[in-house]
This record gives sequence, C-alpha cells and structure tokens, in this order.
Amino acid sequence: MTCDEANVLMHALIDGELDATRASDVEAHVAGCQRCAAELRQFRKMRQAMAGANLRLAAPAALRSRIEAAIPAPVSRAPQPSRRFLLQGFAFGTAFSAAAAASVVFFVTRSGEDERLLGDVVSAHRRSLQAEHLADVRSTDLKVVRPWFSGKLAAVPPVIDLAGQGFTLVGGRLDTVDGQPVAAIVYRRDDHIINLFVGVAGNADHTAALGETVQGFNTQRWNDRGFRFIAISDMGTDELRDFHEKFETGLRAGA
Amino acid sequence: MMLAGRRRSSGARSAMAGDVHDPERARRFREAALPHLDEVYTLARYLLRNAADADDAVQECYLRALKHFHTFRGGPIRPWLFAILRNTCKSAYGQRRFAGQELAEDAVPLWSDPQETPEAGVLRRCDEQSIRDMVSALPGQFREAIVLREINDLSYSEIAEIVGVPIGTVMSRLARARSMLRTAWLAIEERAQ
Repeated sequence: MTCDEANVLMHALIDGELDATRASDVEAHVAGCQRCAAELRQFRKMRQAMAGANLRLAAPAALRSRIEAAIPAPVSRAPQPSRRFLLQGFAFGTAFSAAAAASVVFFVTRSGEDERLLGDVVSAHRRSLQAEHLADVRSTDLKVVRPWFSGKLAAVPPVIDLAGQGFTLVGGRLDTVDGQPVAAIVYRRDDHIINLFVGVAGNADHTAALGETVQGFNTQRWNDRGFRFIAISDMGTDELRDFHEKFETGLRAGA
Repeated sequence: MMLAGRRRSSGARSAMAGDVHDPERARRFREAALPHLDEVYTLARYLLRNAADADDAVQECYLRALKHFHTFRGGPIRPWLFAILRNTCKSAYGQRRFAGQELAEDAVPLWSDPQETPEAGVLRRCDEQSIRDMVSALPGQFREAIVLREINDLSYSEIAEIVGVPIGTVMSRLARARSMLRTAWLAIEERAQ
C-alpha cells in the first residue's frame, strides 16, 4: 500500500468503515511508516476534538413554531362534559364562554408539546422580570385592570382581587405564549411575582391543576370556564398551589 | 432522486399523495420528523452559511417532507430529511450559496504536501466557535461531507446516497476535508503562539 492510498483509507479506518482485511492492510502500512503513523494520530485527535465539541445549532423557536403550525394538528376527541361543570351549571351563554366558543385561538394541549409550552412560559416570565416590563397597566384595582384587557383579546380574561388572600394585584399586560396572544395578570406576594397567563381554551371544561417545576420555576396550569390558565412564579410549590386555589375560589364566588 | 425512486405508482397511493391534511399521517410525520429539527437546521446552517436562508430552507424542507411523507418507506428518517433539505437548498439557492467555491475533485490534494516534521503539528484544544468557523470555511462539497459525517453522524453509505456519489468519493472527500481542517487548525495554533 502506498502512502497516498493509506492517507485516504486511514479516514475510513478512523470512521470504522473498513472491513477487517482492509483495516489490517492500513494498520500494517502505518506500523511501518512514521509519517503516516503521525498523520493517523493527528486525524484521530482532531476527530476526537470535533466529537467532543458541540457543533450543532438549535433551530430558533420561531422557526419551530412556524413548522409546527404548518403540520395539521391531531383531531381532538369530543370533550366529555365534566361532572363539576354540569353540577355548577355554568351557562354556555355567558360572555366568557361565548367568546371562547367563537374564538379560533386554542392553546396547544398535546402532551408532547408541553415542554415547549412551559419553556415558552418560562421565557415570558423571565422577560417580564428582566426588562421592567411587568405590566402595561399598573394598578391594584381590578376596576382599572379588567377593562384594560377588553377589546385586546378574543375574550376578556377574569381578573380577581385576591388582596384579602395575600396576593396583591400588580397589573396586567399582553404577552405571547406558544405563538398566541395571551393576557398576563401579575400578582405579588412578598418578593415573589406571579405571572398568570390566560389564554382561550378549546372548550369550557374544568380541569384539575397540574403542577410542574420548569427551570427552577413552579408552574400550575388548569382550564376553567373556557380559559386556559398557567401560573408561574419562583415561590414554593405549596404557595403557588395556594394561589391557584384562592384564584379558583374567587372566580367561583364571582369576584 | 430519492423521492422519485421511492414513490409508489399504485393508484391508491397516488390518491393519497400530497394529502397533508390526513390527521393520522400528520401525527406520524410530527412524531418522526420533528425531533430531528435541530439536526436539519444545523445542516442547513452549514450548507447555506446564512441564518435567514437556513430558516427558509428548513421550513420548506419540512413542508416538502410532509407532502411527500407517503414516499418514506420507514427506516431511519434522518437521511431522508437531509436529502430533502439538500435538494431544497440546491433548488432554492442554486450553486452559488449552496456550494461556495468548489474545488475540482482531482485538484492536487493537500495531504501530498510534504510535512517538514510530521510530529511537530500537535493539535491543541480548539474552542467550539473556532471549529464551527473552520468547518464553515471549507468549500461546499467537503463541508457537506464533513458535516454529514462528524456532526450529523451518518455512515459513508448514507452520505453517498444523500449526495448521490459513490462511497469511494465520500471517502476521498472526507480525507480531503480533514486535511484542510487540519491545516486551518494548525494555522490557528501558530497564531496563538
């Protein structure tokens, strides 16, 4: 075997693409040729360095969203009427659910995309904390915050006063989660900020709250009255669960 | 080539062709193809060397892949996606951006240059961005070969099928690409010293 041949074949050797016979031919040549042996060492080292480096690039989130949006969504099964929903007799004729039913904006609920959804929520939460852009309307008065949202979204989100329960209303703003415009209602307890993202759900079902920790933040998400809620904060799991309960109770009380 | 070769001609199949709204097919496509988005995007970035073009090419690639998903016969989906991406890049961006400056296959190989002291070139650790830049600076066909092999982890036969060349050509392009990379690598070290 000549050096020129060995210089090509040694790459196939490095890549594990040579059969045993050819591999031993190359190795025999390298064993007797100092220069080719040095080459092989160098290329092996280079390959190792490349394999150890992260040379891949992550697709931008916007590109991912565009592609996901272009693939038809799975057909959702007909929603089962929830027992709680029936018992409480929440009428479909209210402004909330009518708007929800008329809306074509759905939060994505497929489990495979939950991770991305939550990642988006974390980003939106972080953004709100860093850029001094916590609230477009700043007020502890829901008579100020609630009307601010009207006309800005497909349905006016419920804003509830929870000051008596230890959660102070800070204000509200519009944000984007999962490519959809959503309301962000901001509450505070001590030093902890809660962003409550409210989007329109595909149906009026009530779902139990699901708590997850993502990138160090606690989240609680649930559906109720045609809305999809996602609360996120750096407060403890129990505290955030408490927030969810207080919010639901307040919503039920018609606050 | 690949798409045409894999297309079935039966009437029933062609009736399904392009039915991107079939929810079951969309679901299977989503599960099979979306997990590889970062890899497809990586290949597009290295091939086109431009973020905005890569965005467009990847989106177009996924639309085409969904449309032609009925022609996918199972097995690893990555080579199939890469082949579609490559065709998308070629048709949309032409030879200019896709390949950059090409070298003739029979140009004098760099590895023939006699090394004064073979042991002298000790490759040091190089940071990731430098390696990416060196790979990006390679001429098109060599860049493509090295990215498919080193970054996308494909076998020679998979690369040969995607690129449409014999396995021997894949091997010689890789040898050539690595020689060029080594030259660049050693040059960085000289600057560092």
